[in-house]
Amino acid sequence: MDIVGNVLPQVLKDEATEDKGEMARLQSFVGAIAVADLVKTTLGPKGMDKILKPTGPGQEMTHITVTNDGATILKSMYVENPAAKILIEISKTQDEEVGDGTTTVAVLAGELLREGEKLIQKRIHPQHVIAGWRIARDVALKRLRDISTENDIESQEFHNDLIKIARTTLSSKLITTDRDYFADLCVKAVLRLKGSSNLDYIQIIKLPGGTIRDSYLDDGFILKKQITIGCKRRIENAKILVANTAMDYDKIKIYGTKVKVNSMDKVAEIEAAEKEKMKHKVDKILKFQPTIFINRQLIYNYPEQLLADSGITVIEHADFEGMERVAAATGAEILSTFDAPERRDQVLGHCDLIEEIMIGEEKMIKFTGCKKNEACTIVLRGSSIHILDEVDRSIHDVLCVLITTVKNRRVVWGGGNSEMQMAAACEEEAKKVQGKQALAIEAYARALRQIPTIICDNGGYDSAELIQNFKVELQKGNLSYGLNMNDGTVGDMKELGIKECMRVKEQAVMAASEAAELIMRVDDIVKCAPRKRERA
Amino acid sequence: MSLAFDDYGRPYIILRDQGQKKRMKGLEAYKSNILAAKAVANTLQSSLGPKGMDKMLVSPDGDVSVTNDGATIVEKMEIQHPTAKLLVELSQSQDAEIGDGTTGVVVLAGKLLEQALTLLDKGIHPLKISDGFDRACDVAIKHLESIAEEIDIQANDHEALIQAACTALGSKVVSKRKRELGKIAVTAVLDVADLKRKDVNLDLIKIQTKTGGSVEDTRLISGILIDKDMSHPQMQKEVKDAKICLLTCPFEPPKPKTKHNINISSAEDYKKLYQQEQQYFVEMVKLVKDSGANIALCQWGFDDEANHLLLQNDLPAVRWVSGTDVELIAMATGARIIPRFQEITPEKLGKAGCIKEVQFGTSNERMLVIENCQCTKAVTILIRGGSQMIVDEAKRSIHDAICVIRNLIKDNRIVYGGGSAELACALQVLQYADEVSSVEQYAVRSFADALEGIPCCLADNCGLNPITSVAQAKSRQLTEKNPRIGIDCMELGTSDMKEQKIYETLSSKKQQIQLATQVVKMILKIDDVIAPDDY
Repeated sequence: MDIVGNVLPQVLKDEATEDKGEMARLQSFVGAIAVADLVKTTLGPKGMDKILKPTGPGQEMTHITVTNDGATILKSMYVENPAAKILIEISKTQDEEVGDGTTTVAVLAGELLREGEKLIQKRIHPQHVIAGWRIARDVALKRLRDISTENDIESQEFHNDLIKIARTTLSSKLITTDRDYFADLCVKAVLRLKGSSNLDYIQIIKLPGGTIRDSYLDDGFILKKQITIGCKRRIENAKILVANTAMDYDKIKIYGTKVKVNSMDKVAEIEAAEKEKMKHKVDKILKFQPTIFINRQLIYNYPEQLLADSGITVIEHADFEGMERVAAATGAEILSTFDAPERRDQVLGHCDLIEEIMIGEEKMIKFTGCKKNEACTIVLRGSSIHILDEVDRSIHDVLCVLITTVKNRRVVWGGGNSEMQMAAACEEEAKKVQGKQALAIEAYARALRQIPTIICDNGGYDSAELIQNFKVELQKGNLSYGLNMNDGTVGDMKELGIKECMRVKEQAVMAASEAAELIMRVDDIVKCAPRKRERA
Repeated sequence: MSLAFDDYGRPYIILRDQGQKKRMKGLEAYKSNILAAKAVANTLQSSLGPKGMDKMLVSPDGDVSVTNDGATIVEKMEIQHPTAKLLVELSQSQDAEIGDGTTGVVVLAGKLLEQALTLLDKGIHPLKISDGFDRACDVAIKHLESIAEEIDIQANDHEALIQAACTALGSKVVSKRKRELGKIAVTAVLDVADLKRKDVNLDLIKIQTKTGGSVEDTRLISGILIDKDMSHPQMQKEVKDAKICLLTCPFEPPKPKTKHNINISSAEDYKKLYQQEQQYFVEMVKLVKDSGANIALCQWGFDDEANHLLLQNDLPAVRWVSGTDVELIAMATGARIIPRFQEITPEKLGKAGCIKEVQFGTSNERMLVIENCQCTKAVTILIRGGSQMIVDEAKRSIHDAICVIRNLIKDNRIVYGGGSAELACALQVLQYADEVSSVEQYAVRSFADALEGIPCCLADNCGLNPITSVAQAKSRQLTEKNPRIGIDCMELGTSDMKEQKIYETLSSKKQQIQLATQVVKMILKIDDVIAPDDY
């Protein structure tokens, strides 16, 4: 470009930047590895938590979050580096898809890139590295599927597996001390769903106070609402009418209407008409002969009084999700019009007992003996809202994993066993492959092995020695061995009962490889000029 | 800006705000334009070919996308240089016309400009250069047509189409699964293709993305997938033998467009109005129900009461269906789009074998699948992938592949890839150059050099020595009289692209050479750039 009198004309916009080749690659590696290193310490049963503190002014900004969940940490971070954003993205997807392994996926992608960087420094073309990774990934996934076992969904073994998986997932969380208790609780909740994967039916209610141990699974359904004053507090054999309708003055929806009167009498007349209309509606509702009426919207005093006079218990202003759960649990239909009382039997929900209960200091409404017995409620107690939030996230993770397991049913041994086996498979494959790709396959194996290594490091154990011993055990044919993080030894996972869901691992390996490949393929980063924002 | 002065030393003002404008003239303008355009081509150069690299683009809002698709890269770079923008348009017109080869066209233009620069330095007039390029282009196109081969797209289970799709997908991040994705693309296109008219309506192929899973979970759904669920959680989730009522009016009381006021002045009015309003909903639902429809798809929202009435009448309904989806469903199911409730008649209903709700992942997201539509076979390709960026890139790649297959159905002539077609043309052009007796000879020769630049670039991207491998391929083409010798990018051990099965469509290659030549001619004709200074 050294033409006299000519400088390279500016092609991009003023504040836009372009990085090419090595610079671009370096930038993405540094970013991705930094993000991976950041969440690395939360990995495994001895992983540490992070405090997330929002920046900026305002009251809500003082709310801090303490968490161990990779997706939550990564989601809350604002990063500038584009490669780091990719890692955050895959962690989010992992969360949506299987709900757990969000840290693993980011760390694995980071480790892959760390290994990739070394290969690039050895002057190996990124495309060769990618070619190797692809072979390795397929080999690893094949091994993963091979070592997984499947049990019949009804069998006791499967039930035990679920409890073991729940325990394993919980062991890295805050409630690890009570993991047996919670594992049992979560498994029971998931089994109630009878194979459906709709997590909405499991409600989690968080109430500060008491200890974590006071949490429990309620087989009924709890609505975080109060029964309106003046109604019965306990109803047996309830017929439930669930509605989503305006019970205030019921505005007329025809566009452009306006009340325009010229005398006080007329006002009174219209008022009376409104009242009559309300009464009419209430009468229609009464024809359904419910014993309890739940409405999503507000219920004004007048209709409330009318309903209460007829001996119907009224619950007003339930939230929408709560409504759907009530409807699902009791088999009710959500009504908005009331012109067909003859369909009474179809639209009314049923449950054996509705009562107002006290949990801690809050009044709630409990439905027991529902028609469709799928919904249930997990009541979480704990000494502070931060703890409850974290427990909530942990329980959510466990529930997701369990549902995934119920769907997929394949399980593998935990304690780093699956990663080590996959690494071993890659290394065997590397010996057979000709060409430079073999180096990349070895690198892939090293990256996989980093996961148990980091788990050891986080536990404060001598990772180099443990991992070597682990390798030897596998070589000897003890294929169910894994890391015993309580004693810092290598032990039989069968005895310790540590199992993991195969689908979670599979998704993590797939997503991490895809992300690493995506970043590896980049040789040019163009950053557009940031959009100018109006300062408020 | 150069100025003219009068006798008193005051400048003549010719252009408005002359002082604030920048002007470049003559050779300076040529060179600056060429350099700017080349800068863009240089960025794209490394994305060419099966081992090309990707670009990471950060949008003004900080969103990241990673892509290998030329048109997308130049579009998202937000180029502001006026000449460089021409290349952006070049890539986009290739994208609009052909759909594939968007990187190649820009790289070729860059190579041509590079050659033009040397010729300018030699003192050849720009118009002579563009004339020469023009003539060379004609020769190249003619030769391209002579070496093109017709393929039988039906043969061997559409093997040729799959191979062509694989070639298009080979350079993308999804190349690992190119065979599977290629097959999906081929099946999708053939499903909706009108082989008699040799036409494909790409609107019938819907590409829906959903993060999660892996790229290999991508699948073809014979039917339409819409990212919506039933309007009421308790409606039935599956409708067999669906008769679809496709509405573009909301289930709400009508809103006349003229401004009006209804004054309520007495209690009777009030009651009447109330009844009227109730009546509206009942009538609406009745009209739909009476027509025999068993599912209603609506572009607009529902009032709570109307929603419940629908449920009560066992009429599943979907609200807020997007405009494009409405059109697609109308096309596929033979439904007429109904703008008013009064106009619902049984003939206007669309028919489909089955409509059902399906669910993905843990996050309780549901989608609707409409299968076995009555009229045409609309299909949906559901793309999955580990992250949004991968899914987006896969979508672009599959779009490219679909375009290639469509082009092949339209015109089943192919040339071989791997730079072999360019090399063959270059040789032909070079031969022709010697026959040209005027100054244009140099330009024609340079055109050949520029064409050679493409295989050179390919070889470079694959980590081969560009000069030796191009020289080898060239000499083999000449001695063996085989125009299919190209660069062995995948290191498969053969340079014959027929054996490697690297197919590219003739129309795409032709378009590339023609478009690139045109843009270069245009740039060479600019000898004066006037622009605001701060531009």
